[in-house]
Amino acid sequence: MRQIPMREPDTLLEVRDLATHFFTDEGVVRAVDGASFDIPRGKTLCIVGESGSGKSVMARAVMGLTRAPGRVVGGSVLWCPDQDGQATDLATLHGNSRAYRAIRGPEIGMIFQEPMAALSPVHTIGTQLAESVRSRHAVSKRETRERGIEALARVGIPEPAARYDQYGFELSGGMRQRAMIAMALAAEPKLLIADEPTTALDVTTQAGILDLILDLQSETGMTVMFITHDLGVVAEIADSVAVMYLGRVVEHADVDTAFHAPAHPYTEALLRALPSIHAKTGERLAAIPGMVPHPFARPAGCAFHPRCHRFRPGLCETREPENVPVAPGHGARCLLLKPARKAAAE
Amino acid sequence: MLRYIIRRVLWAIPILIGVSIVSFFIIQLPPGNYLTALMASMRATGESVDMSQLQTLSERYGLDEPMIVQYWKWISGIVLRGDFGQSFLYTRPVSDLLWERLGLTFILAFTSMIFVWLIAFPIGVYSAVRKYSIGDYVMTFVGFIGLATPNFLIALILMYVSFTVFGQSAGGLFSPQYLDAPWSWAKFADMMSKIWIPVVVIGTAGTAALIRIMRANMLDELPKTYVDAARARGLSGAHAVTKYPLRVALNPFVSRIGWELPELISGATITAIVLSLPTTGPLLLEALLAQDMYLAGSFIMMLSVLTVIGTLISDLLLAWLDPRIRQGVVG
Repeated sequence: MRQIPMREPDTLLEVRDLATHFFTDEGVVRAVDGASFDIPRGKTLCIVGESGSGKSVMARAVMGLTRAPGRVVGGSVLWCPDQDGQATDLATLHGNSRAYRAIRGPEIGMIFQEPMAALSPVHTIGTQLAESVRSRHAVSKRETRERGIEALARVGIPEPAARYDQYGFELSGGMRQRAMIAMALAAEPKLLIADEPTTALDVTTQAGILDLILDLQSETGMTVMFITHDLGVVAEIADSVAVMYLGRVVEHADVDTAFHAPAHPYTEALLRALPSIHAKTGERLAAIPGMVPHPFARPAGCAFHPRCHRFRPGLCETREPENVPVAPGHGARCLLLKPARKAAAE
Repeated sequence: MLRYIIRRVLWAIPILIGVSIVSFFIIQLPPGNYLTALMASMRATGESVDMSQLQTLSERYGLDEPMIVQYWKWISGIVLRGDFGQSFLYTRPVSDLLWERLGLTFILAFTSMIFVWLIAFPIGVYSAVRKYSIGDYVMTFVGFIGLATPNFLIALILMYVSFTVFGQSAGGLFSPQYLDAPWSWAKFADMMSKIWIPVVVIGTAGTAALIRIMRANMLDELPKTYVDAARARGLSGAHAVTKYPLRVALNPFVSRIGWELPELISGATITAIVLSLPTTGPLLLEALLAQDMYLAGSFIMMLSVLTVIGTLISDLLLAWLDPRIRQGVVG
C-alpha cells in the first residue's frame, strides 16, 4: 500500500478528479467524470444532485464496490485515517484486495437506499450484524452476539435481543434501516457513507433516522458522507455541501454559503425549485428547464449550459469550466466566475 | 411445523387413493387383457390355444369379475397385506420384482444425481460470477451440446468406445460371473467399474440443465444490494457470493428434488434398454406392453408415492432453507 503525505491534517477523505466510466455495448458512460471534494474529520458532507448525476456511483467508487461494466479510470481517493498526515490512495487498490477489505467495513461503513434490498432475505439480522462486529474485533461467538445486540439497542431498536434473531422481512422499514445503521456502526467506522438512506422511508421515519445519525455522530465523532437529492435533509444535517451535475462536483461550499450565497447557477436553480412557505397563492413552482442530458449526449463546454439561466452564447458552449475558488472553502465550476483574490484586486 | 408436516402427510392419502383408481383404470383401458395378449402372441407363434386352460387362468386371476372388484382385490392386498399381486409375465410376486430392481435403480440414480451436482454446481456458479468470460462461453457451449444430444446416442458412443478402447463390454451393471452372486466387495467393485458409463450417460443432460438453472438463479441474485452490503461489511467477494446469493439461489434448485425422485424410476428408460441395465424403467415398459396389469399398476403406484414423498421432502427442505416460506407455513 502506497503512503502519500497529505497537506491538510484535518481532512479525512480527499477525492480528486475521480472518474468512473461504464463500458457498455452502446458506448462509454462517464457516470463520474472528474469529481473532487474533501471531507473534514468529524463533519458531515452532503452530496446533492438530481438522479443520474453520479452520486451513488461515486459513493461506490469510494467504497471500492464499483460494479462491472463500471471501472474507476482516474483520479485519487486519499484516505487519511490518522492525523499524522499519511494517506492511502484507495483508487489504486483493487476492490477485492485484502488492503481494501481492511478499510471497507471497519474503517468506512455504508448504508444503502433500500434497507429491504440491502438485507439478505434468508439470513437473520444477527448473522449479518455479526460479520460487521468481527470485521473490527476478533471476539468469541458469545461476545459477538452481545456486541451485536448492543449495537441494535444503540440505534433505538426495541427488544434488540429478539430482533437479533429475526429476519429483515419481519421488521418495519424504519427498523430495517436502523438495523442497517447498527451493522455499519458495529464496526466503529471513521467514515459512514449513507446513500440516500431515508428516500424509501415515510417522512416521520425519515426524521427519526436523521436524528439518529446526528446523535450517533456527536456520540462517536464519526465523519458522515450523506448522499441525497433532498435539500431539506441537507439543511438539517450538513456541515458542507457538494453539488453534483453529470458526474462532476459543480459547487463545493459550507452549508450556509451554499444556501444563501450559491455561486453556481445550477445550485441557484435547485434552491429556486424548492417549494417555499412564503410563496404567494397561485404562484407556480419554479422548475429547472429541460432534463438532465442523456449520458451519451453530454453537452459541449459547460455541461449545464442548455438549462442555465445565465447562459452566455459563445462562451459557455465552447470551454469546459475549471474549478474557481470564489472564497476559502468555496469553489464552483462556472465560466462566469472570477477567483476570489483576482476579484478583490480588480 | 409439526402440524404442517402432519397435514401434508394426511393430504397425501386422498391423492394416492385417487391416483391408484385412475392408474388402475387407465391400465385396463386398452381392449383385452393379459390373457388376450397372451393368446394373440401364442397364435402368432403358431401354438395352439387351449380354451379351457385360459378359462382356469381367467378364473384364478379374477379377470372375469367387474373392474371394481378387481380393483378392490388389488388395492386391499397392497394396503392390508403388503401384497402387490402376481406378475402374469414372470409368474412371480410383483413385490419381489419391484424391490430387486428398485435397489439397483436407487444406487444408479443417486450416483448420477451426485455426479450431476458435483459438476453442475461449481460450473453454474462460475458461469454466473464470470458472466460472458471465455470460461462461461465454453461451459455454455458444452452444456448445450449435452442438452441437445439424446442420451441413447451418448450411450451407444460410450459403449463403442468402451469396447474398442478398453476392451470392456459396457452393457449391464455386473460382469457375468457376479450376476447372480450374493453381494460382496468384489461384486461392489465390479459394479463401480461399470457404473460410470450409465452415470455419465444419464448425467450429461441433467448436468447441462442444472448448469443453466444454477447460472440463471445466480445471475438473478448477484446484482442484489445485499451482496454489496455484505462486501461493505468487509467480506471478501468470494465469501460474500457463497454466503448470500448462493444460499438464495439454492431455493429453485431444492424445489426440483421433488421431481427427481419419481424420475429415478421412470426416467432413463431408453438409456437403460440400450445399456441393458437391470433397473426399473425397462421392466415398467415391458409390463405395460404385455398388459401385465398388477406389475404395471404397482409400478405406477410406486411412482405416485415417490412423487408425493418427493414433493413433501422438497417442500420441507424449502421451508428449512427459506425463512420466508417457514413463516408463511407457521403463520
